[in-house]
Amino acid sequence: MRFAIIVFPGSNCELDCQWVLHKVLGQEAELVWHKEKDLKGYDCLVLPGGFAHGDYLRTGAVARFSPVMQAVKQHARGGGLVLGICNGFQILCEAGLLSGVLLRNTSLNFICRDVYMRVETPETPFTATCTARQVLRVPINHNEGRYYADAETLARLKDNSQVVFRYVNSAGEISDEANLNGSLDHIAGVCNEQRNVLGLMPHPERAAETVLGSASGRILFESIISSGQALSSTSR
Amino acid sequence: MKEPAITQEIIAAHSLTHEEYQRILEILGREPTFTELGIFSVMWSEHCSYKSSKVHLQHFPTSGPRVLQGPGENAGVVDLGEGLTAVFKMESHNHPSYIEPYQGAATGVGGIIRDIFTMGARPIMLLDSLRFGPLTEAKNRYLMGGVVAGISGYGNAVGVPTVGGEVVFDDCYSHNPLVNVLCLGIAPIDKLFFAHAGGIGNPVIYAGAKTGRDGIHGATMASETFDEKSEERRPTVQVGDPFREKLLIEACLELMQTDTLVGVQDMGAAGLTCSSCEMASRGGTGVEIDIQLVPRREEGMSPYEVMLSESQERMLLVVRQGAEATVREIFAKYDLDAVVVGRVTGDGVMRVREGKRTVASIPAKALVDDAPVYHRPLTRPAWQDDIQRLNVDDIPLPRDYGDVLLQLLASPTIASKAMVWEQYDHMLFLNTVVGPGSDAVVLRLKGTEKGIAVSTDGNGRYTFLDPFTGGMIAVAEAARNVVASGGEPVAITNCLNFGDPTRPEISWQFAEAVRGVAAACRILQTPVTGGNVSFYNETMGKAVFPTPIVGMLGILAHISHATTQTWKETGDVVVLLGETREELGGSEYLKVCHGMVQGRPPTVDLELERRVQGCCLEAIRAGLVRSAHDCSDGGLAVTLAEGCVSNPDKPIGVDVNLADSLRPDALLFGESQSRIVLSLREADLNRVQAIADHYGVAVTLIGRTGGSRFICKGQTFHLDLPLSLLDQAWRGAVPTYFGQR
Repeated sequence: MRFAIIVFPGSNCELDCQWVLHKVLGQEAELVWHKEKDLKGYDCLVLPGGFAHGDYLRTGAVARFSPVMQAVKQHARGGGLVLGICNGFQILCEAGLLSGVLLRNTSLNFICRDVYMRVETPETPFTATCTARQVLRVPINHNEGRYYADAETLARLKDNSQVVFRYVNSAGEISDEANLNGSLDHIAGVCNEQRNVLGLMPHPERAAETVLGSASGRILFESIISSGQALSSTSR
Repeated sequence: MKEPAITQEIIAAHSLTHEEYQRILEILGREPTFTELGIFSVMWSEHCSYKSSKVHLQHFPTSGPRVLQGPGENAGVVDLGEGLTAVFKMESHNHPSYIEPYQGAATGVGGIIRDIFTMGARPIMLLDSLRFGPLTEAKNRYLMGGVVAGISGYGNAVGVPTVGGEVVFDDCYSHNPLVNVLCLGIAPIDKLFFAHAGGIGNPVIYAGAKTGRDGIHGATMASETFDEKSEERRPTVQVGDPFREKLLIEACLELMQTDTLVGVQDMGAAGLTCSSCEMASRGGTGVEIDIQLVPRREEGMSPYEVMLSESQERMLLVVRQGAEATVREIFAKYDLDAVVVGRVTGDGVMRVREGKRTVASIPAKALVDDAPVYHRPLTRPAWQDDIQRLNVDDIPLPRDYGDVLLQLLASPTIASKAMVWEQYDHMLFLNTVVGPGSDAVVLRLKGTEKGIAVSTDGNGRYTFLDPFTGGMIAVAEAARNVVASGGEPVAITNCLNFGDPTRPEISWQFAEAVRGVAAACRILQTPVTGGNVSFYNETMGKAVFPTPIVGMLGILAHISHATTQTWKETGDVVVLLGETREELGGSEYLKVCHGMVQGRPPTVDLELERRVQGCCLEAIRAGLVRSAHDCSDGGLAVTLAEGCVSNPDKPIGVDVNLADSLRPDALLFGESQSRIVLSLREADLNRVQAIADHYGVAVTLIGRTGGSRFICKGQTFHLDLPLSLLDQAWRGAVPTYFGQR
């Protein structure tokens, strides 16, 4: 598969995503600068973590105006896969490609540590090889990760099974203690209605090799790759 | 704009002595202009010139088979093999962090990162060594909160992971916290860059953020002690912009891939002044700059202000003639300024013009190399004998050793600092194999099977009680931490934090501590590759403990050697390498339980230290060691307790029997050096014994892992505590001070 990793000024997880996709999983993964306007030929776009444009305003609020975002929207509208991790998730929300917003953590502190997240639905291209309710150990790394949406939006997300990940404890149970940033309904990741755009706060690329402590985040990328292969074999 | 005339008052306000001013007159052969006076004053400040420390620092061993660059450049460089080098350095930002903790710490992080990528290395890790006053005081909580937030805010956003560090508390740091930051980067051996202005006629390019009025005289401020008016100096603290720095990193690294760059230096302390004259001095050239061309964010800045501004995120580049467009293009991609402001000249003069008017003209070499050097008088303090006096028999034995252990575990110096490092991105770049909270951090080296281990250490209390020993222990312990993590120690960087060197007692402490660091570096074969000296760490005439912080770099031959401090499996045996002596002087136990900072610090026999470390490393490399933990603050009991609880996912108990007949408090909580606690499979015990015999190191089987209690028996004591209690004391202590948990 051919991945484009969108690099905004201030992004900093682009090399990590490239490492996992290319070195660990053997995929084509190119870095694409935010001033690029053409994203044709890529199967999946990754918006990596970091601090796009410094995030001195609301996170992602400036990045959504980056020249590349028109092409990102086009790609998404055409059914192409878009994965937003951490800052990428924040940007996708600001750009209107995903519902909801990410607010400051309830602790008012930046939090970097491993958490557990549960796969709420395997019915997305990003979780296709997961089992329902599978528990993944993946780090979070953010200051603004508290997911919020109004009641109506939340109801719609739930009705459509758009809540893809929830924070849980190691046993896979919902608990307030495991919800470190105070997200609404323990939400760690959501997808759009068409299910081709996913955003999540945890960093699956940081949990893709056992030498770093956990490889359980790798399944997201493996799902994308197998979904992509399935897609391309049907289109042939 | 007319510059003020030079008067005695102006000279004094620039912290220049009469003799120093005479020297300026000699060098110039005339009276300096106001701008020139400013330039001399920052370049000859203690911070930039090392005028009081130079005579001592020359005793450091600075070369070795792996050292590619020792002190004198932006950072030291060590050969890691396989075409890779580690570029690393440590710097203090104590003074600004006291005046404005968030920005002080943030710009400390930014400054040291620039020193690393300036040399062509991608910065891959930061470590912070922090010292604060007791958390019982609100002011200290404010300072710590601000410093941690500043490190987190800047480090996370700039995209360099803060993979660990240490935080130590003592009363002496209440009005003068220490903020020492180490940065390490990786560069290909054939792509290193140096701060030389070479090639007469080559353009000098100013790149990065615009210049403002912030930080003027920051270097001079850092060369004075504090008084009650220190807060009025907030304007001398710079303001950091991690976003701009991130762009600067990427732009510079991209430029370094082209074949255009001749020399480069960041604008840190003393800004444009220091970078231009140091590059000229090193290059044996001159530099001419027109300050009208310098991008500014404020109107009406005088030449003096432009030259002395310490605005952050700026670099000075010398590139080949004709490469200006390439440089501009790369920096434009990142929306950064890159402007030709001058050129390299052949006359050895640092010439500053404002349009056609020359405002400064100083021989660059004289400015840098002819800075005053002081042989400050040294006097062993009269009170040194008093503080070293300790009659162990006068110390009452505690009634309940379990209580003492819990007290020590809850002492903020020993307690878990997860609350701090969880605010730092410590995982970026996917290298962190052993993160914060173990003896040393271990990073893998991508593209190789190797890894690096890095640790910072330095016990101010020991150094206060005996500066020479304290200096030795700082190196020995940092090396021990690296070894316990599976690495072979290869080189150090350091930050030497001391009081006012014009006081003979302080200069004596400094000289002794440097002698100790040098002695240990020689025997442990870890040369000094650079570092920094921070004097004047005093407030209202009271100095901090002399605190040499050592940043030790080690190499793991194979990343699989990475070892952590926590027990791995139930039923493993626990052994102690090295020996425990009756040493209580300077211990955390004496301070926490008896309120005493007294006695001689533990002795350190460097030859024994080397053997213990050699033994531990060989056992690790042979795959015989499941966990290794340096025995230090809080002694053996704390070391064992940390083995039980410091992995929250898998607490494992221990049952230990200490047959020794030493005083129980010395046995449990004494801080004898050259000791490492290992856990291993029982079947491997004989092989470890054989390695220890070969190194002539005592190895004692002291217990076994398992269960959910901490049990430690001796001839006259019997500790038996549930792990939950240890965990609560150790993990809960620091957050409690901040109203959490």
